[in-house]
Amino acid sequence: MVNATLFQVRVIFLSEYILEMKNITKEFPGVKALDNVNFKVKRGEIHCLIGENGSGKSTLMKVLSGFHKHGTYDGQIIFEGKEQKFNTIYDSEKVGIVTIYQELALIPELTVYENIFLGHEIKNKGIIDWNKTITEAEKVLKKLGYTLDTSKKVKDFGVGVQQIIEIAKALSKNVKLLILDEPTSALNETDSEKLLQIIKDLKNHGITSILISHKLNEVLEVADTITVLRDGLTITTIENNNISENVIIKHMVGREINDIYPKRDHEIGDKLFEVKNWKAFDKKNERYVVKSANFYVRRGEIVGIAGLIGAGRTELAHSIFGNPDDYKVSGELYFEGKKVQFKSPSDAIKSGIAYVSEDRKGNGLILDFDIKTNITIANLKKILKGIFVNENEEVIIAEDYRKSLKIKSHSIEQKVLNLSGGNQQKVSLAKWLFVTPKLLILDEPTRGIDVGAKHEIYSIMNELVAEGMSIIMISSELPEVLGMSDRIYVMAGGKIIGELSNKEATQEKIMAMAVEY
Amino acid sequence: MFGELKTLLKKHIREYGMYIALVIIMLIFSFLTDGLFLSARNISNLFNQMGYIAVLAVGMTLVIVIRHIDLSVGFGSGFLGAIAAILMMQHNMPVLPTILIVFALGIIFGLINGFFISFIGLPSFVMTLAGMLIFRGGLLVATQKTGTIIISNDTFNEIGNGYIPDFFHNENIHVTTLLIGIIIILFYIYFEIKRRNNKIKYNFEVLSIPIFILKILLISSIVGYLFWILASYNGLSWTFVIVLIVTFIYHIMTTKTALGRHIYAVGGNPEAAKLSGISLNKITLFVFGSMGLLTALSGILYASRFQSATPTAGTLFELDAIAAAYVGGVSAAGGVGKVTNSIVGALVMASLINGMNLIGVGISFQYIIRGAVLIAAVVFDIKTRSKAS
Repeated sequence: MVNATLFQVRVIFLSEYILEMKNITKEFPGVKALDNVNFKVKRGEIHCLIGENGSGKSTLMKVLSGFHKHGTYDGQIIFEGKEQKFNTIYDSEKVGIVTIYQELALIPELTVYENIFLGHEIKNKGIIDWNKTITEAEKVLKKLGYTLDTSKKVKDFGVGVQQIIEIAKALSKNVKLLILDEPTSALNETDSEKLLQIIKDLKNHGITSILISHKLNEVLEVADTITVLRDGLTITTIENNNISENVIIKHMVGREINDIYPKRDHEIGDKLFEVKNWKAFDKKNERYVVKSANFYVRRGEIVGIAGLIGAGRTELAHSIFGNPDDYKVSGELYFEGKKVQFKSPSDAIKSGIAYVSEDRKGNGLILDFDIKTNITIANLKKILKGIFVNENEEVIIAEDYRKSLKIKSHSIEQKVLNLSGGNQQKVSLAKWLFVTPKLLILDEPTRGIDVGAKHEIYSIMNELVAEGMSIIMISSELPEVLGMSDRIYVMAGGKIIGELSNKEATQEKIMAMAVEY
Repeated sequence: MFGELKTLLKKHIREYGMYIALVIIMLIFSFLTDGLFLSARNISNLFNQMGYIAVLAVGMTLVIVIRHIDLSVGFGSGFLGAIAAILMMQHNMPVLPTILIVFALGIIFGLINGFFISFIGLPSFVMTLAGMLIFRGGLLVATQKTGTIIISNDTFNEIGNGYIPDFFHNENIHVTTLLIGIIIILFYIYFEIKRRNNKIKYNFEVLSIPIFILKILLISSIVGYLFWILASYNGLSWTFVIVLIVTFIYHIMTTKTALGRHIYAVGGNPEAAKLSGISLNKITLFVFGSMGLLTALSGILYASRFQSATPTAGTLFELDAIAAAYVGGVSAAGGVGKVTNSIVGALVMASLINGMNLIGVGISFQYIIRGAVLIAAVVFDIKTRSKAS
């Protein structure tokens, strides 16, 4: 930790800026990811870096951390008054720049203290001093206001605490500039609040932070300064006093989005799908993840399922979708008035249900496949000619979806791996629309994607329900649940504990139900 | 034109790299043996030598694509060859039923592997390691009383040693072989043109006309030369024909059918494949079943070629097949690998062995050199892959 008094003495000698990135240009084959970007961070501030997916935020941070090594980009990095030429991430960490990535870099099977000092173990003549390691680990955590049993394995803690452990790890490396990439995207509201408070506390300890986030409300809450990137250019750097979300959105997307949740107006039909007394037992973790769920969805209706992370919402969807390998289930499902049973996902798909996973990269898409093969994989039989895949028709179909969903790519033969989050989500959506479902289950449909793409996905949802499709939307973002749902179920502790109509629902009511349990 | 050629080479260095390596290896051996390596007799021999490994490499490609491994194919092949020998020599069974029974056994053994790996959840390494031990024991039991079983059935031995008949009875040249070669080239040209036109229709990037013609000429002349050489000797061997047919069927299956897509999807991301309604168990069963069938075929090819079943038949075949697949560019991370490339991988390894035998390299050094080539091939693959992405 930076000693506070020492820190103040140094201020006198050093410039106002801890970091200056000057005229950074980074090109990838075919794309200019960063174009003469200038980015300055003041000592001791919280600087939020925002922009749509693909705007160059991550690339800029990768240049800073040495992931893209010196020489592969043009421009200068000046940190603490000295020009830096990082060749590896290790180089940047040595001078005190530490990045915490969206995908946490912890080893689940190792203990908390092992994780905190992983890579910079406390050694005595080559032998690890475990006693000192444990004491130091506890000391660092205490600084963050946490007392944990550091001998427990990391996997035994929730994502929220794991995030804290990551920060502790950064602190143990004598961090001066902490970069947090979407730290709250996987956290619920309470944990997010705690994390943001910790970032503010770090500021008082003299640690400068760069925060990348899509959640504008939290940006406005913590930021001292905000820099907006768009299409690899620095659009603006502004002080955070009394600016509104709309101003930021305008800078981000280059146009105004008046109503992020587009209106819809259509008839809602009869009951399409109903779940009664549903229970699901997770075979791997040997516990009930869904204890009691009763709900229904009507034709042309968007039903939101709100709740905190770990409330069992994703497990509810997975267990309904037919996963006998992972879940033992009981209860009844009714589809179009008939009792149904799904022994495998393919049964559910055949009945007309599609499930768009919350984890695009983990179990949504096949990243090594191109766009067109990802779109057709769940319903190949539709384009079979005999036993052969009709590749001409496949091209036509994929082109159709690319146009109608506005998937940004240079061709439908581009690997999904190289698409931005928002575009990956659209491919995922296209894949499931191609099975022409009657009921679409969307699990966190806009996680980690930017405002512009969010708006597009909401509009697509509206078009789908207007055509008579039903949608179940699982989401942790309350504004989204409130803005898009006709009805809302609240889930907590594996149970559906309440139902609210669109009119009566407010953020406060939902949160009260979700945490009351 | 040269600019396009250069970017083309750069972009596809990974795909073409192996072919270039193969040509270089062949040229070096040809030089070192004063042309003996590329003689009609030796080339013909080379293909017969690689047959029983090549069919294994085809099956192994799919196994590795779905992130598994099969160590049991070596002794499995030896054991099934011994079964064939016993059925024919000790039970006087005719060739055709023998082959069918051995195929059926191969499929059953493969399905058993697949069952334990998919439904029970045994790691494939463990399951097939056990299979390898069991087959080895089985092979020893089968040959215990008699030692090496000599196969004196001419029809059966023809499979590994014989050549297709020539319907034209020309003294100097095997006309049927030449005709088959010409037909293959014509088919190749037809499909290349069709594919190009299709791509143009959808506004995809295509090769410019001169480069396109150059490519067709190059590949046609290589295929033409190969068939010319074979025709000027004894013609196509049955082994060659069998490998060709197996490769063709598997190539079509992996690239053109839903089953093929599903196999690669399972390899690329099993979780996503599962949620897309693909049954992982079924795919795993199929892939190991197919591996079992090809193991049986390999056993028949080997037993037939050496006209006998020996207690050591099949030793290390599994590792040769795995090496061929890796030289051919399959990825252990799953989802990546072409059947045709594995065949070329098998050809590279077979050329090395054949060439080193011709110039008289001792067996100990042969192993060392093969190991080094395997490392070099995979290093090349990894390096070019990271550059491409």
